[in-house]
This record gives sequence, C-alpha cells and structure tokens, in this order.
Amino acid sequence: MSLRIGVDVGGTNTDAVLMDNRRVVAKLKTPTTENVTSGITTAIRSVLDQSGAQTDAIDAVMIGTTHFTNAIVERRHLQPVGIIRIGLPATAALPPLIDWPEDLVEAMESSTYLVHGGYEFDGRKISDFDPEEVRTAARDIAARGIRAVAISCVFSPVNSDLEEQAAEIVAEIVPDVMITKSNEIGRIGLLERENAAILNSCLRDLANRTMTAFEQSIADLGIDAPLYLTQNDGTLMLADYARTFPVLTIASGPTNSMRGAAFLSGLDNAVVVDIGGTTSDVGMLTHGFPREASVAVDVGGVRTNFRMPDVYSVGLGGGSLVDFDANTVGPRSVGYRLTEQARVFGGDTLTATDIVVAAGKAEIGDASLVANIAPEGVAKALGRIQEMVETAVDRMKTSSEPVPVIVVGGGSVLVTRDVEGASQMVKPDHYEAANAVGAAIAQISGETDRVYSLEAMSRDEAIADAKAEATGRAVAAGAAPETIQIVDVEDVPLAYLPGNATRIRIKAVGDLAMDPS
Amino acid sequence: MRDISIHDLDDIAMGAAVLGTGGGGDPYIGKLLARSAMKDRPPVTLLDVEELDDEALVIPTAMMGAPTVMVEKIPSGDEVITAIRSLGEYLGREVVATMPMEAGGVNSMIPFAVAAREGLPVVDADGMGRAFPELQMVTPTIWGIGATPMAIADDKGNSAVLNTISNHWTETFARSLTVDMGASALIALFPMTGKQVKEATIPGTLSLIQRIGSAIRESHEEHTDPVEAVCEATGGFAIWEGKVGDVARRTVGGFARGTASIQGVGDYEGRTLEIDFQNEFLIARDGDDVLVSTPDLITVLDAETGEPITTESLRYGFRVAVLGIPSDHRWRSEKGLELVGPEYFGYDFAFSPVERRMG
Repeated sequence: MSLRIGVDVGGTNTDAVLMDNRRVVAKLKTPTTENVTSGITTAIRSVLDQSGAQTDAIDAVMIGTTHFTNAIVERRHLQPVGIIRIGLPATAALPPLIDWPEDLVEAMESSTYLVHGGYEFDGRKISDFDPEEVRTAARDIAARGIRAVAISCVFSPVNSDLEEQAAEIVAEIVPDVMITKSNEIGRIGLLERENAAILNSCLRDLANRTMTAFEQSIADLGIDAPLYLTQNDGTLMLADYARTFPVLTIASGPTNSMRGAAFLSGLDNAVVVDIGGTTSDVGMLTHGFPREASVAVDVGGVRTNFRMPDVYSVGLGGGSLVDFDANTVGPRSVGYRLTEQARVFGGDTLTATDIVVAAGKAEIGDASLVANIAPEGVAKALGRIQEMVETAVDRMKTSSEPVPVIVVGGGSVLVTRDVEGASQMVKPDHYEAANAVGAAIAQISGETDRVYSLEAMSRDEAIADAKAEATGRAVAAGAAPETIQIVDVEDVPLAYLPGNATRIRIKAVGDLAMDPS
Repeated sequence: MRDISIHDLDDIAMGAAVLGTGGGGDPYIGKLLARSAMKDRPPVTLLDVEELDDEALVIPTAMMGAPTVMVEKIPSGDEVITAIRSLGEYLGREVVATMPMEAGGVNSMIPFAVAAREGLPVVDADGMGRAFPELQMVTPTIWGIGATPMAIADDKGNSAVLNTISNHWTETFARSLTVDMGASALIALFPMTGKQVKEATIPGTLSLIQRIGSAIRESHEEHTDPVEAVCEATGGFAIWEGKVGDVARRTVGGFARGTASIQGVGDYEGRTLEIDFQNEFLIARDGDDVLVSTPDLITVLDAETGEPITTESLRYGFRVAVLGIPSDHRWRSEKGLELVGPEYFGYDFAFSPVERRMG
C-alpha cells in the first residue's frame, strides 16, 4: 500500500488530496492563507481526518507552491547575491543582470564579478582560468556579508569543470556559502541560464526557511515521511533539493493540473482545460506530460530558459463577470468572493456560474435567484463561454484531428456541451482537485542538454550518451531505476558549424523510489 | 537625417526579426549589445543614403557565426571596434559612417553599437533587405563590389584582414576563421564609397524595419490584427494560416537545412504548406505549387501576436501565419537571381514574383 498526500498551493485556493495508490481517498479545497504553512497544515489535517488514515501510514507528502514565484514577482524576501561569471575576455559587453527590471536589481543588492576562463563550443579554452581572480571575488563577497553565490561559465552545459573549480574556491573563502552553478539549472544561452542561477540564489534563505516550516508542519501532524516539492516540468524533488533549487518550483501549478488530469482520465494525449475562478489554463498533454513552451520565459520580468509548460490562459472562470450588452464574459472576475457576490449566492453580480445555473446545467447556490434572467441572454452568454473554450482548445491542438478534451478545476461546470474538435469530452472524478492529484502522483526526472560533435561519434552514440546522463540524473534525484523512461529527445544541428555539431536535449522520467535512501 | 535613441531599438529589433525570414540570428543579443553601447551616450544619427558624400568611406559591420553560439559566448564588445578600426587603418582613410549589410536579424543592431562607441552615423540602408545565409549574397556583389578587404576580429583581440579574388572565397575564408575564433566573430567588410552605397545597396531598410516593429507594437496596443499590420508595413501577402506539424532538420556543410510543414486551418484546411529552409526560409509550396521562393521573403509569424518565429525555434504545434513579401527589385535582376535565386539553392524552377501569384 502507498498513501500519499498531494497539496497544491495556488493564488486563491489550497487543494489537498490523500491518495491510496491510484485512488483518491479524501480531498479538500480551502482558501490560501497569508501564512502559506498554516493553510497547508489545515488542508493536510482535514484530509487525514476525512479518511481516518493513520499518520504513520503516510509514505510521502508532495507540495506544489507558488511561494517562490510570488517572492520574485513581489520582490520580497530576496537576498543579496554574489555573481561570478567565467568567460573573459568574451561576454564583457553584457555583464550579469543586464536587462533585469531595476526594482528587482535594487531589491537584491547584488555584486558582480567577471573573471577569465570559459570554453568555446568545441571545448577549447577561451582564456586561462586564474583561480586568484575567483579568490579576490570571493574575498569581496565575504567582506560584503553575502552568502548566496551564483556562478556561470561560457559553455558550462558542455563542460562544467570551471564552474566546479570556482565553486570549490568560493566555498573555501565565504563562510556558510550557498552556491548555485548555472550548469545545474539551465540550458545553452548564457544570459538566460545565468539569470536562472541568480534567481535561484536570491531565494536560497527563503527556501531554507520555507522547507523547514513545511517539514515542521508535517512533523507536527505526526507524519514521518519524505517531503517533496513539485517542479515546473511536473516532476518531484526532495525538500532538501528544493532548498538548493527553489527556482525549479516556478510554474508548477498548471503542470500539476495537467498531470492530474492525465492521471484521473487515463488519457496521455489530450487537451486539458483547467477552469478556475478567474482564468482557464489550456494545455496539451503529450505522452502524459505537458508540452513545453519553446520561447524564452519571463519570470518576474527576467528572461529565463526554463522548462515551462506551454499553457494558454484565458480570462474565463466561475467568477467571470457577464455583460449582456457587450456580449462578454470575463476577464474581470469576482474571484474567491464568488460565494458572496454571485447572484445564486444572494449577491448582485452576474457571473458565469449564474448563467450555468440559470440554464439548468448545474446546481449551485439558489437557482430561484437567477430564474428571472432572460433565456435569450443566458443562451447568448453560454454561447460566448463555449466559444472562448473552443478557441483556446483549438489554439493548443497540434492538428485538425479531433483529440480528447479533459475538463478539470473548480469552474468545470462552465463547459456545458461538447467542444468542437473534441473526439471525446472527459470530466473525470475528482476533477476539481486535479492539481493536488497531479502533485501526489508526480514522478522524478533527469535532464541533459549538451552539444556533441558528430565527427568522433555517431548520432545514435551521442543520443545514447545523453540518455545515460539524463537517466543517471533521474536516479540521483530519487527515481526508481527500473521505471525510467525517456520522454523527450530533441536534437538540433547547429547552424554554421562544421563537423556536424549537434545539440541534444533528453529528459528521463521515472516513478518515485518509495525508499529514498 | 534623424536621431535613433535607445528607445527605438525595440521596434527596430522586432522589425529586423520579421525581415530575418526565420534566420539572421536572434536580434535580442544584438539589441542588448546596441543598448549597452548607446547607454549614457548621445543618440546615433541615421543618415539617408542621399546625404552621403560620394567620396565618403562607409564600412558596414556585422556579426558572423552560429546563432546558438552567439547566445552563449557573448562578445567582449571590443571585437567590432577592432574590426572597423583595423579595416580603416588598412585602407588608410577616415571612416565616415557604418551600416548593416543584413538588416534581417541580429545584424541590424551591430552598426548601432559601433556607431555609439565610435561617434559615427549609421546609413539607412542595407545590402539584403532581408537575411541570407552566405556573405556574398548582398546587392553590392551584383555591382561587382568585393567584400574585401575585410577585417574579422574575435573576443581575445585577434584580428585578420582578408584580401580575396571573389566573394565566394571571402565566404570560405571567413567561415574557417569564424570557426577558429569559436564560431562567433565580428566583421567589417564591403568598404564602399558614398557613391557605391547609393547605387548598390537597398535604401531605407532601417526605417522600414522600424516601421514594421512599431506596426506590431501598435497593433498590440490597439488590439488590431498584427499580421495585417505587418502586411501593410511591408507590402506583403498573407499566404497561409496553420499549425506547425513536422519539422525535419539536418546539417549540410555547416548549414541548418530542413523542411517545416504547416497544416492549414481556416481557408487552408486540409492542405499542407511545406517550407524549406537553409538558416532562412527559402521556398514555400502547396503540393507542387510554389507560392513564394527566394529571393522574395517568407516570414512566419505567431498568428496571435504577430511576432516572428525563427527556423531554430519553430516547433510542432505553433499556430502561425505565413507571409510572402516582395524582395527588392535589385534581387530580381538576372545577376541578382544568379546569386540568390531558386537555382542557386539547388531548385529546378525559375523565380516568380510573389505579387504575381497572390496579387
């Protein structure tokens, strides 16, 4: 038997589920609290009470949280970062933090250091690495009392040696230092990878405090089980790993919903429509995972190249305001005040939920309060809602072939008919808790992104090498080796380079090893 | 003559990506390079071609190399200064202005970085009106103007001046040197007199890309159709709407070649557009019917935002609009087509102007 608790902390609601293997045993939706931890505690205690499960039977707790995204977006709880970039004389034209929003730079009080070294695309040295330059930078970092250090190096995804060497030197000089090496966190694209390393660094203290609070609240509940955080690619990391890589939790919310939808419906290839109170996120599942966005992703105004789900958001939710005159639904919404302000709850705001109740398509609140709405208006608004969903679904589809459409989220009642272009419509059991289910069933991944020269080896050999590395990383992160599958292979030949230089990206995913020793 | 300020760079970079026809490198790095050079310096003067003195020495500047390397090994910033100065010294004459040779993509931006640092004006012109994969594929080649003497410089301070017998040789040597320099180098080439610039380059390209960029920005601000805005700004035609299906890629002789298929939607439902590319988009065809071919421009835009999509970022599932834009008349001459027409890229059909097919 395997009992898992999944929690998804969103901007409005915190959802929790207790799962026994593949079965949802208990679930709860509760407003997200200012103190995130107390909301989590409440949610977990409630699902435990509902199910009557013994706390010592819990095997794992998985949490998805917007905590770190919010810290960056709100410029709060960020710590100063020492940034060391290895690559001189190259890269001097664009020093670290270039193109960052000024208020974020000010909030972080960072200091930057450019030193010699780095690699060419083919592994040659750009210039000689001088350890003394790193020592000088480290002494200055120590003197400023900075404890978080981000280290980047040109072509470190191809060769990470210099980032490792620099990290060792910094660790000797700066007391209690927390180092983020760019090769551990990002792909080719120096600025984007470095940005991710810096964002990660400025969250390290917050991550420590948050993980400690999470662990404490779980211990207080009497649960003795490992704690995992969900990442933006729908896989898990141990809380200790999240202390080191908090930035990887960014955008895990939509991913959890989509993974939960896949699990609950049993469909691996489908469009998922997750309708909340204010917005709907629409994404495409391929092989059970969200399709990744391929454009640069902006996090709080900073350009990164993270693995992010390709999600299309529309301003349509259960609380969306309905305007008959303009024939619009949303994007404004009553949000979490639905139960006070919507007509069916005795309020005076006409929302999308009221329309669905008036049409007799759902039983929410008091239907008599919306009985006087003109049927033509109801029909028109329903048509508009349907149109918004269909446009979003069509946008995310990859071909004109009909695909299954899975509808999840608290606002799912808004979809009252089959969506055009859907081969089947699925609203699975526990649809409203798909995000927490996604957290509970998340897997473990490992990824690699390198440039190979196909002169010395064949393309197949290079891909095999990359697969082995990605698999190794997944196992190191806690995946059960026998369950590992390669879910993503992408090779892109590099323009202008002779010798068939090819960039290969691989992602391996496996089930969580239940004894993470 | 007018000023270009740091605030104009976003529009120029966006328009440059449109004329990049899928290649030309990501203007983002170029924009940052120009912006950091222009920061705390006076605005750069943009000069009309007609304002150039016939005798003035104009040296175009550019970045050369693999786009993937450019985003990883960022320049030191001094390379391009080394390149333009060493070419000026070699010629023993004062450099009066710089300009882009390829306004499509990253190379629209490099001259602004040079101009800011050297206090030079930028000529409102380029040698392509788009992007092309090889160095000799510029309109001055049609007039027999050589790329050399040409200077090439790396981040370490190395530089070389090339003298060659043809622009094809220049391409060969420059490519070898670029790879030795780490697959990314800065170059100064095609030194021209004001008179040559007037007769052999494409005037007004920088103003055009600025107009394209501002049209896209304004369409966002006013919630109008960005694809239509780009068509208006460029005189182009919306030739297709669809979703990206398979993208087959391969590397041949250092070029990223391949074919992307765009599954039609709306009016194009049930049909598939195939676009061949070699760094840039070359040919767009619906079955055996060639809709647009080089040297006319094929640009793939995000159907919703109107933002251009490069061949490297083109992926399964993108919803796109495809545009065909007439190329400059210089490219449609016999000599122009010899350089960049379908036959040069190995196709066995003759060029046919996009407006004749669509108009």
